[in-house]
Amino acid sequence: MRNTEPLLRVEHLRVEVPTRRGTLVAVDDVSFDIAPGEVLGVVGESGAGKSLTGAAIIGLLEPPLRIAGGRIALGSTRIDNLPYEAMRRIRGKEIGAIFQDPLTSLNPLYAIGYQLVETIRTHLDLGPAEARARALSLLREVGISGADERIDHYPHQFSGGMRQRVVIALALAANPRLIIADEPTTALDVSIQAQIIALLKRLGRDHGTAIMLVTHDMGVIAETAHRVAVMYAGRIVEIGPARSIVDRPSHPYTIGMMASIPRTAGQRGRLQQIDGTMPRLNAIPPGCSFNPRCTKAIDRCRRERPELMPVKETETACWQYATVAEAASA
Amino acid sequence: MVSSLAAQSGWWSRAVDSDLMWSFRRSPVTLAATVVAVVIIGSALMAPLIAPHDPYDLASLSLLNATDPPAWLHDGNWSYLLGTDNQGRDVLSTIFYGTRLSLLVGCSAVFLALLLGVTLGLLAGWRGGIADTLIMRVADVQLSFPAILIALLIDGVAHSVLPREIQTRITLYVLIAAIALSYWVHFARTVRGSTMVERNKEYIQAARVIGVHPARIVIGHLLPNVIGPVLVIATINLATAILTEATLSFLGVGLPPTEPSLGTLIRIGNDYLLSGDWWISVFPGIVLALLILSVNLLGDWLRDAFNPKLR
Amino acid sequence: MLAFIIQRLLQSVLVMLTVALIAFALFNYIGDPINNMVGQDTTQADRERLRQELGLNAPFVVQFARFVGRAARGNFGLSYQQARPVGQIILEKMPATLELSLGAAVLASALGVPMGIYTGLHRHSWVSQGMLAVSLIGVSLPTFLIGTLLILVFAVLLGWLPSFGRGTVVHIGWWTTGLLTVEGLRAIILPAITLALFQMTLIMRLVRAEIIEVLRADYIKFARARGLTSRAVNFGHALKNTLVPVITITGLQLGSIIAFAVITETVFQWPGMGLMFIQAVTFADIPVMAAYLVIVGFFFVIINLVVDLLYYVVDPRLRVEREVAAIG
Repeated sequence: MRNTEPLLRVEHLRVEVPTRRGTLVAVDDVSFDIAPGEVLGVVGESGAGKSLTGAAIIGLLEPPLRIAGGRIALGSTRIDNLPYEAMRRIRGKEIGAIFQDPLTSLNPLYAIGYQLVETIRTHLDLGPAEARARALSLLREVGISGADERIDHYPHQFSGGMRQRVVIALALAANPRLIIADEPTTALDVSIQAQIIALLKRLGRDHGTAIMLVTHDMGVIAETAHRVAVMYAGRIVEIGPARSIVDRPSHPYTIGMMASIPRTAGQRGRLQQIDGTMPRLNAIPPGCSFNPRCTKAIDRCRRERPELMPVKETETACWQYATVAEAASA
Repeated sequence: MVSSLAAQSGWWSRAVDSDLMWSFRRSPVTLAATVVAVVIIGSALMAPLIAPHDPYDLASLSLLNATDPPAWLHDGNWSYLLGTDNQGRDVLSTIFYGTRLSLLVGCSAVFLALLLGVTLGLLAGWRGGIADTLIMRVADVQLSFPAILIALLIDGVAHSVLPREIQTRITLYVLIAAIALSYWVHFARTVRGSTMVERNKEYIQAARVIGVHPARIVIGHLLPNVIGPVLVIATINLATAILTEATLSFLGVGLPPTEPSLGTLIRIGNDYLLSGDWWISVFPGIVLALLILSVNLLGDWLRDAFNPKLR
Repeated sequence: MLAFIIQRLLQSVLVMLTVALIAFALFNYIGDPINNMVGQDTTQADRERLRQELGLNAPFVVQFARFVGRAARGNFGLSYQQARPVGQIILEKMPATLELSLGAAVLASALGVPMGIYTGLHRHSWVSQGMLAVSLIGVSLPTFLIGTLLILVFAVLLGWLPSFGRGTVVHIGWWTTGLLTVEGLRAIILPAITLALFQMTLIMRLVRAEIIEVLRADYIKFARARGLTSRAVNFGHALKNTLVPVITITGLQLGSIIAFAVITETVFQWPGMGLMFIQAVTFADIPVMAAYLVIVGFFFVIINLVVDLLYYVVDPRLRVEREVAAIG
């Protein structure tokens, strides 16, 4: 399918948190690749482990959370075990990040120009005037009008959408190869969301930046992502091309999720839902973690944990496809 | 996977297994503080039972025994373990009774401040409008000044204004009132804030719609929900109240030498420091320090245990 | 900006008037104002005449206004105990208190703020734990106890420093300073440390709590995600945001130093306004008490005002309130 060398390779990532009642696993055996310039959407409910995966990649897991296994590689460099200073140099320069709330992401006491120039000069060897020029061009690129004047304004003088644009500009300041966008539009008005997503898409294309887009909003994913990974209870249950996931999902959870999205067109009926809730970290069922809520569960589902296996256009972790996959690989 | 401990029924096992108890048992400092506090408070409460002498029995005092050093020093006397003060009172016994007084004043003052502050806070938060503005203005003005100064001013003025005769009798109450009046503001502010938040929540709206009497709503529904932080403040304020009482007594406007608290004892002893009779100040000082320290530590632990952000 | 200043000034005036009102009530209705102003030997007839002249039968508001007017000029009547103008007594005692307070304030800030920053940034180092343990003791020990212990160790046992008084003082105009003589400097050391210790530990704990809180903020996380150096994150971003509330707190703490001076002056028999007040209480010297109230109230109001204005200068969010946030 993809024959270029992957930009980011995550293999069997495991994130744990020790608590007084024992160690809990927040991210369990997660593996995926991101190709250069690709947009990978990571969807799932709150608590599924999407944000933690992103935090682990960029090296910002807060103790006592820690990477307990697996391997993360950027290009040919392994990055999950780097010392703090080495990882710091990669952050911002190779991998950037955007978080959910643009208001709290910006330091209220510094003008945005200062924050931009500081970031630029940390990673690129530019003098103050050149850094400022670059900051100005970044602001224009993200669509801030009157950039010459507004570069010296403070964060509280911008509206929510504008602030997020500033945040994007900051993330792009040192031209990273990968940006981890953690719920970038959740805190914004619906009317602004589309603008920001379109901006991200365009910038990704123009600069060749790969994006790992973490969200629980399927609509955003459908518009933007090339490939999608569906996470549930710390594991990836299905991964594949975006169109396949949205139109022809295989995993019962993905099917349930797609069905529960209200549509304005098409037949009206009862709003679908998946019974039950995602299990808490200290109460993950044995076997397939989705089995208590799954309408298609068989005995094997309660005993053995399924691995991702190729099914039709995607890879899915579900036992009902076991025979199909075995037949295909035979 | 679910812990079997928590599955045990019964509130005791749930309490012991709770996060609160866990953080308590985890911290050796808190444990030590509790032990110290229990020892001091316990011995103070049992003062009449365990004190070797009665420091208030004037007939038993003899100036011949005045300013005797502690028992293990030359000139010491084993029946006066920690020595005697300038009036011949046994320092150890006086410490027991004095601690008792300090605790009495501290607890009463905090309780009074809590009562006053919570009431005014509820009033201000629930009614809003003029009541709120008035109460908060007063609070703001008072908050511009440190509490101890206010307590000092109230107490000092009362001392100089009241005629001598009734002064000695009501000095205890004046002291408690002065300290309480200087601390009500913290309670009032917190409760007012919480009340204003809770006031708009659905369960309160529902009660109003049904027609429950406002007083019942406030006391029965609102109060339990705002009382949490108040208790933490109360514990922290207890240490401060004890400290304030000791300070006021030291300055001479607190408990008198006839019924001394720890602060008064230290004041008496101060005059004898230069002549080398150190025990009159030092022993009460150690007890006072340990008492405040342990209450402070307990208050710290309580605050950390209740703060969800630090979990 | 102007609106803010005016509002704060009005607030200060309100507080000041409240304090003056309390002092006036004290002065007029608890003490006998005639006694406050004349000596013992004045006859009854003269007092009655004075009463009439001074308009003590005039309405409350008028009397209050006159009281404020006199106070503003430094006339607080006569001291019961010393039979001389209170204003004069205050002038004599003020330099002692101010020197002590200022010394303690400088000591408390100079040590408290850096220690707070260090223990906030390096939360789990054993040096921090040690500092925190000491600070807990500092907060728990009453000021007078610290003073007593210091006297015991340094004056009685070691005999290095004096245990009371101000040492030799030098007169400069109406000011007396103890800082220009060796004895004066030796005399101020123990009282200043005593006064500073409580405030220093308070400041340290507050700065630490503030920094820890700031370091959790999203903008710190984002700053790290941008790969900024630890130095830039800790000192450029975290510290600057910490200083804003720290300035407020430190300022207010310094105000309370003046209050705590009462205790320290009593322990060390330091001839300042605090000791004056305590002596006034013992002698029921109402005019002195009223005057102390007004003077201390005045100091507090000024300090609060300055701190508020400083806050305004440092935090840009308060400055540009007229900007429309929804541009763009």
